[in-house]
Amino acid sequence: MLKVDNLHTYHDYLHVLKGIHFELNEGEILAILGSNGAGKSTLLGTLAGVYAPREGNITFKGEDITQDGVQKVVSKGICLVPERRQIFNSISVRDHLLLGAYHRYKRDKKTIQQDYENVIEMFPRLKQMLDRPGGLLSGGEQQMLAIGRGLMARPQVLMLDEPSLGLAPLIVRDIMGILRRLCEEMGTTIILVEQNVKAALKVADRACVLAHGRIEISGTAEELMQDSSIQEAYFGKSKKAKKAT
Amino acid sequence: MDRTDLKKIYNNSLAGPLIFAGVLFLLPFVVQSNYILSIMIMIGFYALLCNGLTLLMGYAGQISLGHAAFYGIGAYMSAYLSAKMGLSPWLGMLAGMILAAIIAYIVGIPIFKLKGHYLALATLGFGVIVYTAFKELKDFTGGLNGFFGIPTISLFGFEFNNDFRFYYLIWLFVILGILFSRNIIHSRIGRALRSIEGSEVASDAVGVNIMKYKLQVFMLSAMFASLSGSLYAHYITFINPNLFDVMTSIYLLIMVVIGGASSIWGSVIGAAVFVLLGEILKSVVPLVFPNAGGEFEIVFFGLLLVVTLIYMPNGLSPQLEKLIARFRRNKELVPAPVAAGRDGVESGGDQS
Repeated sequence: MLKVDNLHTYHDYLHVLKGIHFELNEGEILAILGSNGAGKSTLLGTLAGVYAPREGNITFKGEDITQDGVQKVVSKGICLVPERRQIFNSISVRDHLLLGAYHRYKRDKKTIQQDYENVIEMFPRLKQMLDRPGGLLSGGEQQMLAIGRGLMARPQVLMLDEPSLGLAPLIVRDIMGILRRLCEEMGTTIILVEQNVKAALKVADRACVLAHGRIEISGTAEELMQDSSIQEAYFGKSKKAKKAT
Repeated sequence: MDRTDLKKIYNNSLAGPLIFAGVLFLLPFVVQSNYILSIMIMIGFYALLCNGLTLLMGYAGQISLGHAAFYGIGAYMSAYLSAKMGLSPWLGMLAGMILAAIIAYIVGIPIFKLKGHYLALATLGFGVIVYTAFKELKDFTGGLNGFFGIPTISLFGFEFNNDFRFYYLIWLFVILGILFSRNIIHSRIGRALRSIEGSEVASDAVGVNIMKYKLQVFMLSAMFASLSGSLYAHYITFINPNLFDVMTSIYLLIMVVIGGASSIWGSVIGAAVFVLLGEILKSVVPLVFPNAGGEFEIVFFGLLLVVTLIYMPNGLSPQLEKLIARFRRNKELVPAPVAAGRDGVESGGDQS
């Protein structure tokens, strides 16, 4: 469905992504892991059309979208839920959701009402606060709203940048559960950038670890969960301790 | 109201504008004073202008310190076409609006690459350039001597040549402007504008074409300013560049902030407060400070701006809305909401 081939992205003179390759199938969840500065957000930004890559190709359903801007990418069905949620403080929950469907008004206006109802059914907590400004929502509610806003675009590929950032573990579990439901019930393909490795690997089908702009490790989520270097780097389990067990 | 029906989410009732129009209609019959009418007409000019500026500043979050330039462009264009070329003032107004929109588009492309203070400075610079052009293009504008002999407006032989008649004309435009702006705000475009004001990153992420909307709203606000300027020129029948200098742009900004940039009604409130306080100051200050010059206004309005920003950063209109809501609640005697506390806190996610 989505194919990324030899992607190189720069921020001015800084070479951030250094030849990224991966393929993503429909209805799959791909977790992208890595430390700060590894290039995770830049990768999502490049896929979303925010940054134009200098080299490489992005193909979506056989169509080259490498140089497409954000508006084109969104209208083709790839939507980014940006880092730190980026909720509009003074805009109501309802208007947030409608903004998510912004680019659909010319194409399929009739289905917006149905999708709106589906989203508030998926996030019942939002239904109780449709008139409330986004700035007055808790962190978890804001994350739900950000995902709901993304869903209103009817994305085939939904990309989330650190959705668990600053949230309580129970809320993180809820959010990850919603992502799994989206994938299974609606067939949405998800790219999840996370620093919460445990939560990400639990929900993902496949994962890759990004370091210094390159994919260092990739495989199924289960494989990565067992990978000794991942265990050592992210779960604090040393090789010695592992041997002892 | 069905909270999930998207066709019913905005209060598009005409009750508010109709009551407002009714009060305005009756006012000249109740208060038979040309002085009051002339003040109301001035409020109308500024309200019309600030209506567009509110869309730009309050909704799209883009500051402009050069809007007096568009006010002047409309005034001079309409004045020139009607007085020197003998065209209908209505055509002059239309031409002024088109010219203002074109200039806004040309100027907007480079300046909307800037943000915050830099954008403010760029618009200020634009205002200074246009003001200088008004002074120096003497063949066209008459320079500092001014432009004389601007004809009054007429429609099918009916002349708007006195305060009573002009009062209805200007306020008709104001009400139409308010209804037009309200429709924009309650549409997909309005949501896009507010998203730009909220966060350009998120706005971009949902696919809003930020530059396009910034340009469009800048052009629209320029057209409002131009229309107001044209009407002003045909009312006063004499204009000079000092009416469109940088201070006028700053006064416009003060009106929008005091009235409340987040509400279209704020433009009317801000204009009314500005004009009425100006009139009060003119009569009170000479009594208190007999030697005071004409510059006391800017000191007073500067202070008022600072006080407003500290104590009412959203301006007067939200305060007024709160008052109206409280009045309605008291009137309807609504019982305490029984649903309160039934906060079933349903989890949004999979509980497995």
